Parts: sequence; C-alpha cells; structure tokens
Amino acid sequence: MKIPYYPGCTLKSTAKHFENSAIASAKALDIEFIELPKWNCCGVVTPLAEDDIMHHVAPVRNMIRVLEMNKAGTVSNEKRLLTLCSMCFNTLKRSSLRVKEKIDDLDILNDFMYKEEDYDGSVEIVHFLEILKENGFDKINKKVKKSLKDLKVAPYYGCMLLRPKDIGLDDPERPTIFEELLSALNAPPVDWRAKNKCCGSFLTLENKETVAKLGHDILTNAQKSGADMIITSCPLCAFNLDNRQKIIKKIHPEFETIPVLYFTQLMAIAFGLDKELIGLDKNFINPIPLLESKGLL
Amino acid sequence: MPKTIVLDKKSVNFLKKITELSGEIITLCDQCGTCSGGCPVIEDMDITPSQLMRMVLIGDQTVLQSKTMWLCATCNTCTVRCPRGLDVSKVAEALRQTTLRQSIDKVKIDEIPKEELAELPQIALVAAFRKLTS
Repeated sequence: MKIPYYPGCTLKSTAKHFENSAIASAKALDIEFIELPKWNCCGVVTPLAEDDIMHHVAPVRNMIRVLEMNKAGTVSNEKRLLTLCSMCFNTLKRSSLRVKEKIDDLDILNDFMYKEEDYDGSVEIVHFLEILKENGFDKINKKVKKSLKDLKVAPYYGCMLLRPKDIGLDDPERPTIFEELLSALNAPPVDWRAKNKCCGSFLTLENKETVAKLGHDILTNAQKSGADMIITSCPLCAFNLDNRQKIIKKIHPEFETIPVLYFTQLMAIAFGLDKELIGLDKNFINPIPLLESKGLL
Repeated sequence: MPKTIVLDKKSVNFLKKITELSGEIITLCDQCGTCSGGCPVIEDMDITPSQLMRMVLIGDQTVLQSKTMWLCATCNTCTVRCPRGLDVSKVAEALRQTTLRQSIDKVKIDEIPKEELAELPQIALVAAFRKLTS
C-alpha cells in the first residue's frame, strides 16, 4: 500500500534514525510512505485558546497537500495522512477534528489561504502504529528474523498518543497497542506503571530539573519492573528520557542508565535490516552492548 | 451558617474572559481534586491545579502570578480524568495567553545557553516558544 506521509521537522534531524528505521520496516511489510511535497512544521503543540485560529493554518496546509497528492495521482484514493512523531500526530489530528466540527473556522482558514485549494475536512490523521495494527500484527511476526525473546522491553506511550480521549489511538489509561506490537516481535512486554506518565515535554527548556525528576521516576519504574530498554514514538520523549539521563545521573549518582529506542528501531532489528538504517549510533545511551549481550547484533 | 461570596465586577469580568478564552465552563468545577491528584508536575507548583481552577472561579487575578500555569505541560492527564469533563490545560493556556498577549515573554530566547541550543531538538524549541513567548 502507498500512504501519504508527514515527517515533521525533528524526523529530518535529531530523529533521522526514527524515520529511516520506520521507512525500512514499513517497506518490509509492503507499506510505502509517500512524503508530502512542500510540507511545513505543524507547530508541535495545538493551539488551545478558543480564539486562536491562526495556529491551525500550519496543520491544515499539510492536509491540503494530501488532497493535491490524490488529485495528481501520487496516491490513489488515500486521504489518510501517516505520522510517526507523537506530537505531530496529536497536533495534526486535533486541527483536523476542530475544522470538521467548526465549519466557520474552516471558512476563515480557507479564506486566509486563498492561494491554496480549499480544504474540505476529508483528511484523516493516522499514526504508523494504527496502520501496523490494521495491516495485521501477524504479518509482522512472519517477518521476524531475530527473535527478541530475551529482551525485556518497556513500552512508553507518553501523552500525545493517548490523550485527550477523542484524539488518542488507544485507551488513555490502559493502552495495549505497543504490547501487541512487542508480542508480534516475540519481545516480552514489561507491564509497568509509568508507561503513560508525562516526561515533561517542552519544560525541558526552562525546567530541566523538573524533567529530570519525571525522567528519573519513569526510568527507575521501568527498571524496577524488569526492563532492559524502553521504546517510544516521540522525539521529545526520546530526548527527555534518553539525553536527559546525563542530568539524572548527576542528581542521582547511583542511577544506572537504560537505553531508549524508537519502536521502529526495534522492528528493524527484529527484521534483520541494515545497521545503517537502524542508526543505533544516534541514540544517546548506547544500546549496542545490551543488544550484543542478547545476541541481536 | 452558609457563607456568601460576592464577586465584584472586575472579578466577574476576569472569570468571563478566561471562560471565553479557554472555552471551558469553569463554574462546573466541583473542587474534587482529581486533577491535582494525577498531575505529574504538582511537586514543583506553588498552587495545585484545583486551586488554580478555584481562583479563576472567584475571579482572583493573583492567579496570574502563580508558577502553575507555566508548569502545565498539557499532558492532558487531568483532562481524561475530570469527572465534570473539564479541560484544565485549556484554562492554563487561557491564563498563559492573558500574560503573553501583553507582549510579556516567559522565556528569553537570547538567554538560552548556546550548548543547550545545540543539544535541544527543534521539537522542544518550537513547543517551548509556542507556549512561553508572545
């Protein structure tokens, strides 16, 4: 299948290994990402003030690109827009629903973007995890070349995949989609308390210590629950949980580091894909010794 | 004896403004404390999310001096748990906007250390600038 794909800014820089491993894993499952032409930043966070229509311009403009792709025949009758980054997923989906519910807002946006084709509200924002589920986790299981049975993985959902309820792709309190994926990869999922606890998000700029405190709680909870590593789908969570371990270690010298990977890196490992595509050298806490000890590299 | 709180015009207008800006019917808040109970950053706040709701409800503008609205990371934990269906993150945003729209920035971009800028992913910078600058 071919599906329009929105990368977002971070997947082209610090999270390039997320994009590479996702595209390669999808290809192994006959899913082809067709990147939007001329995409723009979604704004990362959704505008929450009622009168703030302006900040819906950026997300909606990307949705117009999907309509254009359908018109040009780049994709065939596929109005779903695939995202990898949890923040982009949440922000784009919230805007897509807002303009669907508030037609007056859509009129204002279309008037403002008078040089663009009118947006009709027909694009649906989806996350790669949803497409994997729809495609069938059994198909993933058939592609597994390296069994992850000795690797205990704690799936970290964070906030943006799950909340608010009308946006989330799973139950906000008891999600299971990551566990289903891990089971398909033959990796025993770790059940743990902090899987949907906030990592502190953008507070990482002004309130590093708050983020380190949250990170310490999340990471040690994973470790106490028996995890060897954590997986995520958000480049901001990845930064706060992976790179910020440097600060955590300073505050808590007894803290032992734990690798944080994108879920697609783990898929690529299980599928036996090329090292270059997995990009394990891009992760802050080096996951290579752990993976070697489990015979996975 | 029941106590009556009489709101002056200024307080009523403040409540009205935040209600409009957030789109939340703040008077529905029962003060049950569920939002405060689940808030991941409550330890670093000076007033709890439920206190923030109460202060807005009685039109107390000193709520704008509190740290709490700036520490709300919009994780929406309280949003999915509120028994009254209220979204406290939208109220926090309305309070932030009330300050930011007077061209008062919470973060000074030129004061961010260069080594931090080199390390932080765009996603963190764009999100923080959207939330903390005018």
